[in-house]
Amino acid sequence: MARLALEPRETNSIIAPIQVAALALVMTLIGGAVLFAIYGVSPLRGLHAVFVEPLLTTYGIGEVLLKMAPLLLIAQGLAIGFRAQVWNIGAEGQLILGAIAASALAIWFDGTGSPLLLPAMIVAGMLAGMAWAGIAAFLRTQFNANEILVTFMLTSVALQLLYYLVTGPMKDPMGFNFPQSISFGQSALFPTIIDGTRANASLYLGLVATAVAVIFVRYSFASYKLSVGGLAPGAAFYAGFSSKRAIWIALLVSGGAAGLAGVGEVAGPLGQLQRNISPGYGYAGIIVAVLGGLNPIGILFASAIMALVYVGGDFALLSVGVPDAVTGILQGILLISYLACSLLLTMRLRLVREAPV
Amino acid sequence: MDVLIFMVSGTLAAATALIFAAMGELVAEKSGMLNLGIEGMMATGAAMGFVAATVSGSYTVGFLAAAVLGALLSAVFAVLTLVFRANQTASGLAIGILGLGLSSAIGKKFESMTLPGVPDLPLGPLAQIPVIGPMFFQLDVMVYLSIVLVFATWYMLNRTRLGLTIRAVGESPENAHALGLPVLWIRAGCVAFGGAMAGIGGAYMSTAYTPLWAEGMIAGRGWIVVALTVFGTWMVPRVAFGAYLFGSISLLELSIQALGVNVPSQLMSALPYLVTIFMLALISRNTLFIRLNSPASLGATFRL
Repeated sequence: MARLALEPRETNSIIAPIQVAALALVMTLIGGAVLFAIYGVSPLRGLHAVFVEPLLTTYGIGEVLLKMAPLLLIAQGLAIGFRAQVWNIGAEGQLILGAIAASALAIWFDGTGSPLLLPAMIVAGMLAGMAWAGIAAFLRTQFNANEILVTFMLTSVALQLLYYLVTGPMKDPMGFNFPQSISFGQSALFPTIIDGTRANASLYLGLVATAVAVIFVRYSFASYKLSVGGLAPGAAFYAGFSSKRAIWIALLVSGGAAGLAGVGEVAGPLGQLQRNISPGYGYAGIIVAVLGGLNPIGILFASAIMALVYVGGDFALLSVGVPDAVTGILQGILLISYLACSLLLTMRLRLVREAPV
Repeated sequence: MDVLIFMVSGTLAAATALIFAAMGELVAEKSGMLNLGIEGMMATGAAMGFVAATVSGSYTVGFLAAAVLGALLSAVFAVLTLVFRANQTASGLAIGILGLGLSSAIGKKFESMTLPGVPDLPLGPLAQIPVIGPMFFQLDVMVYLSIVLVFATWYMLNRTRLGLTIRAVGESPENAHALGLPVLWIRAGCVAFGGAMAGIGGAYMSTAYTPLWAEGMIAGRGWIVVALTVFGTWMVPRVAFGAYLFGSISLLELSIQALGVNVPSQLMSALPYLVTIFMLALISRNTLFIRLNSPASLGATFRL
């Protein structure tokens, strides 16, 4: 008789995370097929619309790269904290603050055409994101306030701040009262990197962040201390690794990265500050970080997949007429499948043959 | 006096959704399960409740459908964390994201429709008492039920064998297991109860409080519910008090806008979140008090 047994892995497997991610993707495809069937769309056509069609045209690929940039930035930042069990779920809010700070500079220095404007916006956006996340770090370290709840609440506050600014102080005075700022000048915009698409240079920021994350995770003592704090808080405490320091690093890094993503949106496809600056990139970034196994290289691939789901959702809306809610559901299924499969990271299935009695 | 009546009855109504979801989450947390997906479950409950009530013409059907769907969503959370031993925080977030997507899919065709709203149910002679009557006894049936739920939850947790079992599982699943208690089933049951209550809380928003479905109408209430369990330091009366406090804040928001006071409306909309942050910092400051009162195994994965 043979049966399947679940047993702990003795060593860390390098390919296990890839297998787990692939398995989760397959489960998501199955879930997606069921979803399309519910909407009365042929599953194959639906899946083709979401996962293949965007990749058939230069424009589609450009859209995927465009959406990949913020996801990559946010997820690389969040993963640093997640490894230390510091859960920043307010990247959406930090993104908004980054967008606001960058827009303020773009509006203030509009028409100067200075080549320093875009770099200044990048720095300002990053600092604003860091400051917003820093509030959560301060409240956690000084008052023990749970950072998950505080970062979420701060996102809701950031949204209201954005609504206030685009209907008040930062509104375009000639904009017929629309809740949006003036359109930024050329010097406040990221250049596009592929002709005929909207993909812009903010993707480079994401790639640089990835390279920095690889070096940070692999070679820095600070990253090691963060990981120990996450895996074994007791051990980290006895080793004298400061948990407060870990919280500050985790939140400032992730906040700064999310702020940069905000700059990429207003200085990229939007070209102005408006009410809707992110279709939930801050939350999707959480999925990307987890799906990538909290590994910088894994996150690079995960961000591409998640960007494909975003763009594919839009394509499916146009070509087969399923509502855009499909994007959110597919994201949820993807994360749930990954979490379920991640049991296989520490355990493995083995076929056990029992000798006949 | 009319103002006072409006404030008291309004606070009770505004807090009802929070009470349902918070009592459910409290029971789940008492068993050691930190389900952060409340926001998604409330949103799904709101969409499902509205759709089911509209289609069937019965509010009871609406609330039941919302409860079932909320329990199903939380069952996914239970399977992830108990069977697949996934991290509770990440799993809760996943349920939240799935629930928000699901709510938008369910409610899509019903966007901007309205319902008459769950009718008020005057409680016989009690409703005739001057002042007190209109304050407490001319409300809808779900408000009364939410108050019953508070007392029932307190009694269940503190005075029954079931409550003792749930608390034992939450404090030390290892010892509870050694005693022969079915730890995983008890946790799964508590999580399902929490999901059903979150679903009902969400449905109250869309069928009674503001009888319409609009995407995003839960607006962070699910997260406020999670915060409430911390403010209330996992004690039923304090959690309930917190819910009424938040009910009165949302009422304040409405009243100030109605009075035409010159405050940016966005500041008023941000108020509940700012108050949450403030209260969270205030209560959490006392680390020892939090540690003593929180279920000891809260959020930790249980391995047999």
